[in-house]
Amino acid sequence: MLKRLIVGLGLSLATAAGAAPDPKNWDAVLDEAKGQTVYWNAWGGSTATNDFIRWAGDQVASRYDVRVEHVKLSDTADAVARVLAEKTAGKDEGGAIDLIWINGANFAAMKDNGLLFGPWAGDLPNWHYVDVAGKPAVVSDFTVPTEGLESPWAMAQVVFYYDTARLPEPPKSMPALLDWARANPGRFTFPQPPDFLGTTFMKQALYGMVADPAVLQQPVEDVDYDAVTAPLWAFLDELTPNLWRQGRAYPQTGPRQIQLMADGEIDLAISFSPGEASTAIANGQLPDTVRSFVLDGGTIGNASFVAIPYNANAKAGAMVLADFLLSPEAQARAQDPSVLGYGTVLDLAKLGADDRARFDALELGIATLSPENLGPALPEPHPSWMTRIEADWQARFGTAQ
Amino acid sequence: MRLRYAPALTLALMLGPVLAGLAGTLLPAFGIFPALGGTAPSLAAMRALLGWPGLGPAAGLSLSTGLAATVLSLILTALIVGSWHGTRAFRWLEAALSPLLSVPHAAAAFGLAFLIAPSGWIARALSPWATGWSRPPDLLIVQDPWGLTMTLGLVTKEMPFLLLMMLAALPQAQPRRSLTVAQALGYGRLTGWLKVIFPRVYAQIRLPVYAVLAYSMSVVDVALILGPNTPPPLAVQVVRWMSDPDLAQRFTAAAGATLQLALVVAALVLWRLAETAAARLGRAWVAGGRRHHADAPARRIALILGALSAGAVLAGLAGMALWSVAGFWRFPNVLPDTLTLNPWMRHGPALLDPTIDTILIAGAATTLALALTLACLQAEQRYGLSPGARSLWLLYLPLLIPQVAFLPGLQTLALMAGADMGRGAVILGHLVFVLPYVFLSLGDPFRSWDSRQATVAAALGAGSARIFWTLRLPMLLAPVLTAAAVGFAVSAGQYLPTLLIGAGRVQTLTTEAVALASGGDRRLIGLYAIAQTGVVVLGFALAIAAPRLIWANRRGMRAG
Repeated sequence: MLKRLIVGLGLSLATAAGAAPDPKNWDAVLDEAKGQTVYWNAWGGSTATNDFIRWAGDQVASRYDVRVEHVKLSDTADAVARVLAEKTAGKDEGGAIDLIWINGANFAAMKDNGLLFGPWAGDLPNWHYVDVAGKPAVVSDFTVPTEGLESPWAMAQVVFYYDTARLPEPPKSMPALLDWARANPGRFTFPQPPDFLGTTFMKQALYGMVADPAVLQQPVEDVDYDAVTAPLWAFLDELTPNLWRQGRAYPQTGPRQIQLMADGEIDLAISFSPGEASTAIANGQLPDTVRSFVLDGGTIGNASFVAIPYNANAKAGAMVLADFLLSPEAQARAQDPSVLGYGTVLDLAKLGADDRARFDALELGIATLSPENLGPALPEPHPSWMTRIEADWQARFGTAQ
Repeated sequence: MRLRYAPALTLALMLGPVLAGLAGTLLPAFGIFPALGGTAPSLAAMRALLGWPGLGPAAGLSLSTGLAATVLSLILTALIVGSWHGTRAFRWLEAALSPLLSVPHAAAAFGLAFLIAPSGWIARALSPWATGWSRPPDLLIVQDPWGLTMTLGLVTKEMPFLLLMMLAALPQAQPRRSLTVAQALGYGRLTGWLKVIFPRVYAQIRLPVYAVLAYSMSVVDVALILGPNTPPPLAVQVVRWMSDPDLAQRFTAAAGATLQLALVVAALVLWRLAETAAARLGRAWVAGGRRHHADAPARRIALILGALSAGAVLAGLAGMALWSVAGFWRFPNVLPDTLTLNPWMRHGPALLDPTIDTILIAGAATTLALALTLACLQAEQRYGLSPGARSLWLLYLPLLIPQVAFLPGLQTLALMAGADMGRGAVILGHLVFVLPYVFLSLGDPFRSWDSRQATVAAALGAGSARIFWTLRLPMLLAPVLTAAAVGFAVSAGQYLPTLLIGAGRVQTLTTEAVALASGGDRRLIGLYAIAQTGVVVLGFALAIAAPRLIWANRRGMRAG
């Protein structure tokens, strides 16, 4: 009896292991993916992204017979929690999530807790187009090596947008921003941490205040955190009383700032998507007098990824979708400001003439900076900076009435 | 006879998930969470919670907004019903307020926010000609640190709920007769009502009042939209901890959820004590025999406040509807520059599936809840089971325990049972919340039914089944349908249970709306708010219209 049990157990383990698709054998992956349904868990707060995801789903359905269901999250961490709950319950296969739009601290948490499938990203057929040399962020997610556990699909970079009708000359450095806020109290704000954009604003400010930006690439435990961040807190002490609502209330997400600007409540806002303002103008959410700019000295950039949970039900289908997202066609569409306005992760020099033409044909939106004006992206600090700064901000500003 | 087991089955369906959920909260709060390496009991999570600098204000906000919203809603409801019940003004108010119950909390909150914000509709209507504002003033109205706006938002939503509960219970108190006697003795209309009828009605709506208190203290969606954020009320912070990428924060979240539970229990005890005190004072007041207490101005104030409250929600909804067809809309313009059907053309087709799922799930959960409730009540009646204080409290658990406290545990349960990812599991999950509301709505009217009528019928030879189907149920049609409509609205409004148990794969209008709301696009929020409201409003329209149509020739059976 016991023997039979052990043999049975061994067999089921063998089948489970054998069921994981091998991306090196892409034809087998395509075969297995046929008829699968991929539940893509992605933040659902942006109309433009939702439309893009629907389009990508339609494409892989007609080409590879893979159905895509967009599970709209209000917070990516909900998906992390879901996988964790499944692991707690011992549900190690047939999980509810097949693909997650992820980066930064959420990725680091999943990687640390062994919640991811892979490595697989480097074996995708379209991987050879990816600009690993020119855009190191595609393999280093907030300095954490991706090790093939997630595949990039879009580049993002911090920009600010402002309404030229109310603010002709925007401040182009953090000290200038502080001076301007003192002279114009209540006209600037940022999304409240733990929203990533609010914390990004602080990391961006920190970049201009450290003597050697290299310290930001190390975990906070390895450096003199208090000394490094002292100027940041001094800066925020000055800035906060001059924020919208005197810093006693904050918008809860980035896109919420669009509404505030349209309502005339703020004159200046931060965004992680260079095309966001153009897209919002096209949708009638912002007046066409809005433009964007970057700070002198550059702004932080990072990549958005997709990852597959260790217990995903449709791993093959998820890889097919991830590979499609890397295709020049999908990348060019994502970069179109009338669609998404996200930067591509591909190296255009590696593309054929036809595929290059797709990118050349794109018109930048009225409020989108050209790649030259956008300038080089600064690398994201180590994830521990995000966590620590967020916690300290909460203690200093987030709980003080 | 199987009917005898109905109460046990109902309690099991309701309490199984709740107890499992509670365990799933209490264990991590004291350090036990094997998947995260918590294998030994510890107080680290509690210490982390106590170390959070915002704890005092967050817990205080939960108490103050919850208690204030409940007291205000109850007083206002009593004043309105007492002052105007049976008049034409009341029928008008009732017609305006009842549909408001069906407006999802989030939609009402968004509407209210747009109404009263410094860049909102009221400011726009007055600018710049009256205020001189060419751009909105930097005033902290929405999300004020004291939670006043949030309390206001809760009152506009809880008052219609209590009003409906009161109306459903009212016929059993036989208000017309008592009030006639009181007025014949010289009592003013409102004073007489408060002295003679309110005590009887309150005894019947006590449970809904408790539910309002527990809900208001731990609400998340309204608090996110209207409540303060530096710090937020405790329930919101618990959700934040729960969705922190640092998984160790789950322990803090569990500890916070445990505290939230303790706060709710403490507030309920406080309320119960206050009831006793109020009853003692009230008896003295009634015995005092004073006939008038500024009845006329109080009645007018009640009418104005009721109308304001209804008007705020309706105007907010109108604002949302307008946003759903707005082109660019700049401050201080009162109307959008252009109107466009683009948002509806673009997102309309995507509305269909969630709408169908919403109706399916709410319909199934409500039907189940209604069947179980009626079976329980009938069994209680037939076998002379006394419900007892204990079983009432058990019935109460799902409403007393903040959702954030036991849903993650419920999710784990669904996973382990392999029951997740389907509408079936979501329906069962919703049942946990729908059942108590249906039971609370129906229990008192059912039990208060004059059983002499059953005695007469039995004397005429009718069996208990026949008495139930041909006498009791038809006579209770109005409260049954009211309970069904409430159940439907409760199910349609569920966010966390749908998200957690359905693994995000079951999408209702509410889950879609909250996901989209995080983007702050008012056009989309408006669109979903209208769709959400439309679905539920149909249920209430039926609940109100059906008895009047069916019993058009029987005045006493038309609920009021």
